[in-house]
Amino acid sequence: MQRIGVFVCWCGSNIAATVDVKKVAETLGKEPCVVYYENYQYMCSEEGQNKIINAIHEHKLSGIVICSCSPRMHEATFRRTAQKAGLNPYMVEIANIREQCSWIHKDMATATEKAIILGRAAIAKVHLNTPLQAGESPVVKRALVIGGGIAGIQTALDIADAGFEVDIVEKKPTIGGKMSQIDKTFPTLDCSACILTPKMVDVAQNEKIHIYSYSEVAAVKGFVGNFDVTIKRKARYVKEELCTGCGACTEKCPQKKVPNDFNLGLDNKHAIYIPFAQAVPKVATIDPDYCMMLKTGKCGVCSKVCAAGAIDYKQQDELVQQQYGAIVVATGYNPIDLKNYDEFAYSQSPDVVTSLEFERLTNAAGPTGGVLLRPSDRQHPHTIVFVQCVGSRESGEGCGKTYCSKICCMYTAKHAMLTREKYPDTEVYVFYIDVRTPGKNFDEFYRRAVEEYGVHYIKGMVGKVSPENGKLMVQASDLLDNKQLKIEADLVVLAAAIEPDPSARPLATMLTTQMDTNDFFTEAHPKLRPVESATAGIFLSGCCQGPKDIPETVSQASACAAKVIGLLAKDKLLGNPCVAESNELMCNGCSSCEKVCPYGAISYVDKEFKMPNRTIAVRRVANVNPAVCQGCGACTVACPSGAMDLKGFSNSQIMAEVDAICK
Amino acid sequence: MTVSYYPGCTLKTKAKNLDLYARKCAEALGIALEEIPEWQCCGGCYPVAKDEIATKLSSVRALAAAKEKGQTLVTVCSACHNVIKRVNHDMQTDEEIRDKVNRYRAPDEPYEGETNVLHYIEMLRDLVGFDKIKEKVVNPLAGKKIAAYYGCLLLRPGKVMAFDNPENPSILEDFIRALGAEPVLYPARNECCGGYLTLEDPEIPKKRSETVLQSAQNHGAEVVTTACPLCLYNLQKNGGSEIPVVYITELLAEALGLK
Repeated sequence: MQRIGVFVCWCGSNIAATVDVKKVAETLGKEPCVVYYENYQYMCSEEGQNKIINAIHEHKLSGIVICSCSPRMHEATFRRTAQKAGLNPYMVEIANIREQCSWIHKDMATATEKAIILGRAAIAKVHLNTPLQAGESPVVKRALVIGGGIAGIQTALDIADAGFEVDIVEKKPTIGGKMSQIDKTFPTLDCSACILTPKMVDVAQNEKIHIYSYSEVAAVKGFVGNFDVTIKRKARYVKEELCTGCGACTEKCPQKKVPNDFNLGLDNKHAIYIPFAQAVPKVATIDPDYCMMLKTGKCGVCSKVCAAGAIDYKQQDELVQQQYGAIVVATGYNPIDLKNYDEFAYSQSPDVVTSLEFERLTNAAGPTGGVLLRPSDRQHPHTIVFVQCVGSRESGEGCGKTYCSKICCMYTAKHAMLTREKYPDTEVYVFYIDVRTPGKNFDEFYRRAVEEYGVHYIKGMVGKVSPENGKLMVQASDLLDNKQLKIEADLVVLAAAIEPDPSARPLATMLTTQMDTNDFFTEAHPKLRPVESATAGIFLSGCCQGPKDIPETVSQASACAAKVIGLLAKDKLLGNPCVAESNELMCNGCSSCEKVCPYGAISYVDKEFKMPNRTIAVRRVANVNPAVCQGCGACTVACPSGAMDLKGFSNSQIMAEVDAICK
Repeated sequence: MTVSYYPGCTLKTKAKNLDLYARKCAEALGIALEEIPEWQCCGGCYPVAKDEIATKLSSVRALAAAKEKGQTLVTVCSACHNVIKRVNHDMQTDEEIRDKVNRYRAPDEPYEGETNVLHYIEMLRDLVGFDKIKEKVVNPLAGKKIAAYYGCLLLRPGKVMAFDNPENPSILEDFIRALGAEPVLYPARNECCGGYLTLEDPEIPKKRSETVLQSAQNHGAEVVTTACPLCLYNLQKNGGSEIPVVYITELLAEALGLK
């Protein structure tokens, strides 16, 4: 038999103005096993908490019910109070008579009646409460960052700075990501490479950071504090530890017609290549689709010119196993493929380019050495039309995205401004739906493009781009002037929508994290937990969570690192004891629970059971990993045989509450 | 093979050649066009009003007649095709319209968009095959530079018409190639001719049709071909050019030696 104490809080006038707290306390005092009741103005105050502690001692209470605000507000407070008095914290139940009662009712009689019913339900539950102990698990003091763009780089540097080991897994041969392809950054117009490459060098030189470049995450097992990750190191046919990055092989390689993905196919590279001069690690990689030696066995030039003897044509993919306490997802974004946008003639004319391609055309390390020349005839373009929102903010029926890609307004203003600055003889038109420039110094930047640099901003959309006689005929509407426009352009730049990297979806499955319909990772709370995923120990950094510019990405990356450091600083993790538990005698191994578990907490084991007549039967039964289970309760509902139960929220406890309410 | 055929009013009056050669060529290619008995005018313009069904009924009657015979419904006028195929799409996807139409029409035999609707050019590509047409050509239009004019109705809305890419189509060019001629690619081929605005303010179709013909001629076209009577009217009357504009069925008949 429990000895239950009931404490009714006034919450000043928040509860007491609408609920007759005295009557609630007295009525609940008559419930079976309630040996003590009290009402007080502020139960959460020190004075109120002392009242609870004294009552637990004096009346030898085995369970308490607090009728107060939402458990989200003060459940943790009252559990600590109980613990101070020597009572197991999970013997505390909260009846929410504020948010769910006093705040939403006006009539005192009704509200009082409801408060009594809610209290009665909590008492019915406490009857069946059992003391619960949170389990402990050790924390591996090492973090994994998936993706080596600016988000991954910043997160890794911050975690390493706090003294923890970090591994970066990057699928490309070098870290740096999209930022390494960008020419200048808004709104300060500083050179992207000049601010990024020192950070890349910091990563390379940091003893705490290890880079797995040209590698992918192949499998993830385990749980917060104890992830077991398999990393696939793809064969680059060059021994990373021997290669000095001298570049002799890339110069001598006879296969020169390999589309250069770093320059988005605007020029060619060799079959053995280093993506760009400041690559980290500065190691050559062979493209197996183009290397003659790998395809036909005839060539071997790179091997002959390599003084370090680093070329290894027989290299195989390699799997590496590593343990981590925390995992950061920083898989980034890509511009969408514009092949379906035939109205803009993207696949019909080389002079219709995406904004990222435009970055390469203006970058000093790009295919034109930084001189703006159009791809078709390498002539200077005198009229440039920028089209914004290509594939962004669409109705959902087309081939684009419904969301705003967020960065396009600012980088288009940057492109327009820089073009006018460098080539004042060039007319620049920007077609927009809206210009969105929230951000520090962003609107001033856009206004400078319009007011000081004379960029023609036109509200309206381009309807058609058609290549004609070496020009691009642009048909558009000016919505403010209510006019149809025809512009004879030399170059058209499309601000393509951005979407998450295709590697994100399989990764989300491996990590059992959630994604939205656009394949962006979902944060645990859109406002209050923006860098954590709903899965414990998995954190989100950069554009994998939603479109972001560089300042925002770096802020999120550092916030993410702070969360990781907070986790790795702990020696042991205290689990949530309110987790699911399978009654093995009732479980028939049907897998229903495993299918609905969003966290991958359930596995199956073959167990021996003693059967009648001294026989032994082996049965497959569900097994819950308490460190992974988040206590959502999905499995308890899915289990057809009622074998799954949630500690602290057992089926019998819930039914007792329902019975008490319906009494 | 026998298909149901919906000619439409204009083909009985202004666009007799479109109809005449459509029938002759189909016969020569082994397809019998069976004219739907007592068909009515489609209305000429797809009714976008969601709350009335009267303007959709004639299309549904034609569609239901084809369903009864278990035949594919073929149209050759771009406007009729547009109206009938879009109404068919409504009957497939819009429960409210389907319900209203069927209650009014024939509650015992509800029509739910079962009929397959093909444009004549689609029929040539999918039921006959351009390869087979090429074999049957007796009078190849060799060396002729022909500009295909799609107009706006033939392929749009792309998701409903769904037989070619409306922004960068190729079906008419492939057809022209099958006849032995040389297709001319020009940017204005899928622009609007101005359509019915010719009744309201001829200045607009004049401007638009001139753009189309000029664009075709700039790219070397000697002949312009279309499947739409209204486009043909506008290009000839408002296009400000002497370049011949002919129906696709006329070209086909010429190549097959039927004209």
